[in-house]
Amino acid sequence: MRVIDKRARLGRRLFLRSAATAVPATALATAGIDAPAEAANAEVLKPDTMATLVRMSRDLYPHDRLATRYYIKACATFDEKAAADATVRAMLDEGAATLDAASQARFRRAYRDVPQETDRVALLEGIRETPFLNKVRSDLVVSLYNQPDLWQRFGYEGSSFEHGGYINRGFDDIDWLPQS
Amino acid sequence: MAQFDLNDDGVVVIVGSGAGGGTLGNELAQRGIKVVILEAGARNEIPDFINDEWESFAQLAWTDMRTTGGTFRLARDFPNLPAWIVKSVGGTTTHWAGASLRFQAHEFKVRSTYGELAGANLLDWPLTLAELEPWYDRAESKMGVTGTHGIPRLPGNNNFKVMAAGAAKLGYREVHTGNMAINSRPRDGRGSCQQIGFCFQGCKSGAKWSTLYTEIPKGEETGRLEVRPNAMVARIEHDDAGKVTGVLYVDEGGRMQRQRARVVAVAGNSLESPRLLLNSASSKFPDGLANSSGQVGRNYMRHTTATVYAAFERPVHMFRGTTMAGIIRDESKNDPSRGFVGGYEMETLSLGLPFMAAFVNPGAWGRDYASILDDYANLAGMWIVGEDMPQADNRITLDPHEKDRNGLPVAHVAFSDHPNDVAMREHGFRQGSAVYEAVGATRVIRTPPYPSTHNLGTNRMSERPRDGVVNRFGQTHDIPNLFVSDGSQFTSGAGCNPTLTIVALAMRQAEHIAERMGRREI
Repeated sequence: MRVIDKRARLGRRLFLRSAATAVPATALATAGIDAPAEAANAEVLKPDTMATLVRMSRDLYPHDRLATRYYIKACATFDEKAAADATVRAMLDEGAATLDAASQARFRRAYRDVPQETDRVALLEGIRETPFLNKVRSDLVVSLYNQPDLWQRFGYEGSSFEHGGYINRGFDDIDWLPQS
Repeated sequence: MAQFDLNDDGVVVIVGSGAGGGTLGNELAQRGIKVVILEAGARNEIPDFINDEWESFAQLAWTDMRTTGGTFRLARDFPNLPAWIVKSVGGTTTHWAGASLRFQAHEFKVRSTYGELAGANLLDWPLTLAELEPWYDRAESKMGVTGTHGIPRLPGNNNFKVMAAGAAKLGYREVHTGNMAINSRPRDGRGSCQQIGFCFQGCKSGAKWSTLYTEIPKGEETGRLEVRPNAMVARIEHDDAGKVTGVLYVDEGGRMQRQRARVVAVAGNSLESPRLLLNSASSKFPDGLANSSGQVGRNYMRHTTATVYAAFERPVHMFRGTTMAGIIRDESKNDPSRGFVGGYEMETLSLGLPFMAAFVNPGAWGRDYASILDDYANLAGMWIVGEDMPQADNRITLDPHEKDRNGLPVAHVAFSDHPNDVAMREHGFRQGSAVYEAVGATRVIRTPPYPSTHNLGTNRMSERPRDGVVNRFGQTHDIPNLFVSDGSQFTSGAGCNPTLTIVALAMRQAEHIAERMGRREI
């Protein structure tokens, strides 16, 4: 079978892309180290809100093989939407603050500083039905998984017609099925 | 190309350019009749199609506001997206998968076959399989359906091979790559399938039949068919005698236009067609046009659907190749000993990573959810599509609050499963899981119904005017020169994909309309 190499590519292409968004992320990425949640750039949202959203994005959709830069990129959409809509901005800033308050009450630290994922998930469970969580969840399910850069990490090949489809590229190449 | 005057009252106006409207338009034009098709969407051609799920969705899907009610899960997960259908020239034939199956004889006689079923508003069609068979034959030839007319079936992709291997282990007998309106070899001026894998996003090779590049250009070549894109019909008008005289539509510049007509045929899909009839209410027809029965909008069906995805130890790459070229037909029979009436098909299905993320378990998050996507390359998938029960209160009504940009009430879509639907879905989940487990699935995932692609029944066909909206030719019982030409005519949904039946009915209707016009009866 023609299988897809799911390993991360740390090439020039990626360097240029992250350079356009966040300088600290770039520096770390080129050093082979992932960016922290705090590296996310916020023009409109509070920096704390943005860092919280990045941490939330990994807790909601945890893929251990994905570096944080993918989550940072996914969360950039929140800053854009907050810039365009004051209601969204307020919902995100207030939602993140409320989550932090709950975290302070329970763990005596900000949500994103709670070390155990299970504890952070418990905090998210506590706000499961809120408009804030629903907004973050439903926006992220598009902005995270709709990044062509990460499709190959899941073994998805994206657009195919410009490669002639799969007629000569493995549409029927499965080789492990039991013979019937 | 034809261009008809707005005051030309000799034209047939067709609302919608999909399987029903596009086919009817060409068939009438071939018979010498002048036709204006008004299509709400833009004209996107093959080079415009995009192999990218969300971008394509933005290009083709009907995303204008709709609202939902009832207990079906979509009302919670996608409250403003009850259906995944298309607003573009070619309608949903740009997006459809190509599966082209005939109804079975008993599926036209559901009331007689299934009996009285509490909560179900079952009715026999005023039409039999024997009557429709010659039209199925012509429709299959028109569309180039594999496995008919000597057209070879498509080769099976990896997703099919997994399903077929499991089906063999279970002893299923009728398993193949389907009857698909997708060229397995060049035919009718179109090439053969390149296994691109983006059937739902508009076929970039043109191998899949769509009215966009078959019926519509053929009709246009006659000089008697004009297609006006970006033309949203707001209202059908009538005279004092109760005959329709034309339509009011909003053109691409946002101006209201009146196109006069000798005949009007509504083919805007089962959500928009009843909406248009209801929005056309007048002092003479206060409950909407063609609605003396009160059945306009009722009996909305969407098929009992579900998807089974299964993860395997090794890769499948289900997204490679023709999306739905794979079927197990053994469960399509009516065998009430299974605990439900009617039957269902099992058909291969795959989504790309972005749509898998959105639809595999809407609203879910966390490690359990994320691990499904981690397995993406190793997943196989099948869709269960079965007959759902018509119910009077599953219906399209006009939303009392929401209006579209033209100030017209939007469609409110209310749906709740019938117990028969629930039992069938459960059976399908179980059998689909067994197919995959027979060949080593390590995990099976039950995915709930997607926004509906098969929307049926909201202007149903009936023998007696009091039971439905249209007669056996799709002519409304109340208004002789008003027809319905899409899946909303369906008296029942049957257990298979509806497009072939829509096309067969449109071809038959074209002959009927042409004859009646020739005799000056309409």
